[in-house]
Amino acid sequence: MTQLPETTQRKLGLVIDLDTCVGCHACVISCKGWNTENYGAPLSDQNPYNKEASGTFLNRVHSYEVQPDIGAAQLIHFPKSCLHCDDAPCVTVCPTGASYKRVEDGIVLVNESDCIGCGLCAWACPYGARELDASEGVMKKCTLCVDRIYNENLPEEDRVPSCVRTCPAGARHFGDLGDEDSAVSQLVAERGGMDLMPELGTKPVNKYLPPRPKDTLDEIDILAPLLAPVAEDPKGFMGWLDKTLEKL
Amino acid sequence: MSFEQPILNTSPEVSDEIRKTTCYMCACRCGINVHLKQGKVAYIEGNRDHPVNKGVLCAKGSAGIMQVNAPSRLQTPLKRVGPRGSGEFEEISWDEALSMATNLLEPIRKNNPEKLAFFTGRDQSQSFTSFWAQNFGTPNYAAHGGFCSVNMAAAGIYTMGGAFWEFGQPDWDHTKLFMLFGVAEDHDSNPIKMGLGKIKARGAKVIGVNPIRSGYNAIADEWVGITPGTDGLFILALVHELMRAGKMDLDYLARYTNAPVLINSDPKSPEHGLLMRDADGKQLVVDSVTGKLAPFDRPGVRPDLSATYRHGGVTHRPVFHLMVERYLDPSYSADAVTERVGIAADKIRRIAAEIARVAFDEAIELDQEWTDFRGETHDKMIGRPVSFHAMRGISAHSNGFQTCRALHVLQIILGTVEVPGGFRFKPPYPKPPEIHPKPHCKVTPGAPLNGPHLGFVHGPDDLALKADGSPARIDKAFTWENPMSAHGLMHMVISNAHAGDPYKIDTLFMYMANMSWNSSMNTSGVIEMLTDTDENGDYVIPNIIYSDAYSSEMVAYADLILPDTTYLERHDCISLLDRPICEADAAADAIRWPVIEPDRNVRGFQSVLCELGARLSLPGFTNEDGSQKYADYADYIVNHIRKPGIGPLAGFRGDGSDIGRGEVNKDQLNRYIENGGFFVEHIPDGAHYYKPWNTKYQDWAVKMGLYDSPQPYLFQLYVEPMRRFQLAAEGHGDRQPPDHLREQIKTTLDPLPIWYAPFEDSHVDPEEYPIHALTQRPMAMYHSWGSQNAWLRQIHGHNPLYLPTKLMTQHDLTDGDWATVSSVHGSITVPVAHMAALNENTVWTWNAIGKRKGAWALGEESSEATKGFLLNHLIHELLPPKGDGLRWANSDPITGQAAWFDLRVKIAKAETANESQPAFDAIKSPVGVGPAELTWKVSQ
Repeated sequence: MTQLPETTQRKLGLVIDLDTCVGCHACVISCKGWNTENYGAPLSDQNPYNKEASGTFLNRVHSYEVQPDIGAAQLIHFPKSCLHCDDAPCVTVCPTGASYKRVEDGIVLVNESDCIGCGLCAWACPYGARELDASEGVMKKCTLCVDRIYNENLPEEDRVPSCVRTCPAGARHFGDLGDEDSAVSQLVAERGGMDLMPELGTKPVNKYLPPRPKDTLDEIDILAPLLAPVAEDPKGFMGWLDKTLEKL
Repeated sequence: MSFEQPILNTSPEVSDEIRKTTCYMCACRCGINVHLKQGKVAYIEGNRDHPVNKGVLCAKGSAGIMQVNAPSRLQTPLKRVGPRGSGEFEEISWDEALSMATNLLEPIRKNNPEKLAFFTGRDQSQSFTSFWAQNFGTPNYAAHGGFCSVNMAAAGIYTMGGAFWEFGQPDWDHTKLFMLFGVAEDHDSNPIKMGLGKIKARGAKVIGVNPIRSGYNAIADEWVGITPGTDGLFILALVHELMRAGKMDLDYLARYTNAPVLINSDPKSPEHGLLMRDADGKQLVVDSVTGKLAPFDRPGVRPDLSATYRHGGVTHRPVFHLMVERYLDPSYSADAVTERVGIAADKIRRIAAEIARVAFDEAIELDQEWTDFRGETHDKMIGRPVSFHAMRGISAHSNGFQTCRALHVLQIILGTVEVPGGFRFKPPYPKPPEIHPKPHCKVTPGAPLNGPHLGFVHGPDDLALKADGSPARIDKAFTWENPMSAHGLMHMVISNAHAGDPYKIDTLFMYMANMSWNSSMNTSGVIEMLTDTDENGDYVIPNIIYSDAYSSEMVAYADLILPDTTYLERHDCISLLDRPICEADAAADAIRWPVIEPDRNVRGFQSVLCELGARLSLPGFTNEDGSQKYADYADYIVNHIRKPGIGPLAGFRGDGSDIGRGEVNKDQLNRYIENGGFFVEHIPDGAHYYKPWNTKYQDWAVKMGLYDSPQPYLFQLYVEPMRRFQLAAEGHGDRQPPDHLREQIKTTLDPLPIWYAPFEDSHVDPEEYPIHALTQRPMAMYHSWGSQNAWLRQIHGHNPLYLPTKLMTQHDLTDGDWATVSSVHGSITVPVAHMAALNENTVWTWNAIGKRKGAWALGEESSEATKGFLLNHLIHELLPPKGDGLRWANSDPITGQAAWFDLRVKIAKAETANESQPAFDAIKSPVGVGPAELTWKVSQ
């Protein structure tokens, strides 16, 4: 068993806007690119050019259909990666101490040199956010780009996770969710940001902004005419037009 | 165990070097930072300074690293040694390859250049490839616009001097209501996502009109799940409801459009329906100040929308009268169209009301003075913050041109074009249709063509016909069948060449066009045409030369393969002469440059054309002493002069400080590289809106070399060139259409937008084939290119046919079942999946996921090659025979745009299977299959 720190100095994490995510997978591939080249072993791919291709990804986008009782069906794109939980069950289950939560920022990481690839953490994670790399035999997960966010070799504006930097729709936000004055905390407050499966008690740091209500035009009260006609026939219309043009 | 944590290096070296170039993972052309380690590509990210993507990058762009190492890359020139389609090739040298090509092409040019058909697919160098074709002298050149979105481009240019995407964009920063019609999600890719993000961040509203609620439509606040092919009718119903309520910008219509321009209204006149013009050809209006006739642009004139004018016994009425008569007709009311469009009448009225509310009650005023072309100074810029975007979903129908026109007319009557919050042009647009070239087709053996191939016709005199009236071009572009085919008809080339209609050709030369697979309608038929032999056993299409970077399905059907480089290994220019990357606030162009060198025996196709041009002694590619003029494409980009002072790139000309116009600068490419691979010049303050009429913008455009003189013009709600074709069909004039086309021309080339049912509906029994079938392009794939990409194919390696709930239930289907889908042309058997957020009479699948076994370096058991499928097998390039012996194209009768989305099908449950049908034999791969595992880390 591995211990979690009692508190962390900051709670760095992501805020993902489900009202804005178009499901383009830009974050998925940018993450794959950065983390293949950087932290730890490359994210490998098995049968990359054949049947049953299967690779390691730290971030995936799932799409779910929602069918409300009234109104048209909806499609929600749901990007999912490690939520860097305060009470991370993946850490406490780790038999070697390879999985840990950082004191300074709350990022959950795997120290690959201590990882034996037993898979207990992936089993313990209720979100399915960890993937065992089939080539290296070590557990891979979102690092919140710990090798970007403090990286002095990057321009300051680029010191964000690669998924956030690349997101074309601006649906991903990064910051300190432990600081209620931070931009991300305020966004969460404004938009009713949610925990994923809070009932599990994992206290995820990442938050999701729910989709705004859809198809509300159907609910407009149409007792009043929406567009009152100026005249019912072309001749009357031209009369209206002449009168209107005089005013112009 | 007590808490402890390892010490991490949180500042590792990111790369040795960043090289900035332009992406080519789709047609969007974003700026990218390519990080190199030890000379290898280690990581690709968006370039924050770039005008297109401002730092962001889509999945395709970030996966470029897997494109550059793709096992499907061709290695060396190939000469076919087995029968066509076998994939049997011999590797040859470049010298042998170029000699072969020269020996094929030299006699064609000497004897009859039209025997070469040169079509360049998804080419981003069309101003160069067309220049080459023009120098060769063949009339048979075009790129892929005809099977993509020519309806959108041509309708926009004829109506308002520009269209969506490369021509313009919504005013993302000010718009309050954005309405999106059927969009292939890479047209364009990142800018639309960035724009949607801005709208969402402000809490502004998005309405998505699309039978399928995926992608952008999934985040739309309102979804309109329209019946495919009826968008034009829906738009005209909005026009009806708005007009009826007087919700139009009458001031805008009077000042900036041809609504007040007078039309000959005498049905007996040979000029019936033509616009009234003065001796200088200026369109005439009645000036409401003087009550007299005046040219539209005379200083001080206030055109009258209502006044008529009688002259020479003929009454002339303003265009606006005709519009009122047509669109106020109850046949365009919400109640009249509701059933056909599949949208409740109340919903149509609510959308119209919402548009009107935002356009007029939430109008924007910017405190910005500007002066219009009539010399009047305005102290404010008024904005109607409703904006629109549309692409292939509405274009790729046989009624697509008129539908795109209808959408532009809707924007214009709201006064939302080129105003704050509306739709804005990107330089070099706006550009009136008259200053575009006209098509040219005069062939002279041994000499260049008499001008550019493609252009904009303004009447029957501009058609590309031979002296005997037969089509001059192999694709029959600019003929009575489709007079305004501004981008050609690439989808008809192979079919027409095989049929010898209008004539036979000798050599088909293609670039980046997967015509034996996903880029053709009727794929199986095209494969047969490419391999068909005549009575002597010779191929009906005698010679095929093909250039591609990858082992696509088309490779096996060519006789000579010229292997291209990947996009990181080459020079390119994204030119203002071509398909530019400008923003509404700036002119911009860009380059690609070899950020890595090829590790194979391949050459950039454009450089190959420079050498081939010299070997063929084409004048534009040869010095006076007969030597090669341009060593390679880079040399051409820098040194080619199109007009005095104007070359392919607008930036860093002369001594490096000239913009737009200037002498050749030998150091130009280095200056681009230093600047991040692009050049941008911002539009001055006060010139950002009202560009077609704003003197400050017009003067800036002249200075930039976009125009030779100011070109203010009126938006053409009424498109007079269309009326000229109708007049010919009615029997007026010397150049007459064949009788069998008169009725089609009269009914479809209406100068005011109309809606007619897609042609498929008239020859297919809608009772027997009640279902519409569509494809969509996933955001993370570009046509066939993505499947060879190890990362992208893990996202989109499967393409079931998605069925709505009603059809799943009706046919007793569950996810994973199989169904046979039949059209009047053919049938396929494919896996199905349920999707609820879908028009109840529509099925769809992802475009171009299905692959031929043996192509793209994929294993033969890959999901793409077994369960993947193409809808193309169900779509013929011709309409079913009508019994008149004629070949009627399955295309828009105005532009020739391929009518992909007219398709109607029926569905039946099938036995569970292992492979989609039709299944094809494997083709032998020139590159083999990719590796079994990837652990890609260049710094390992």
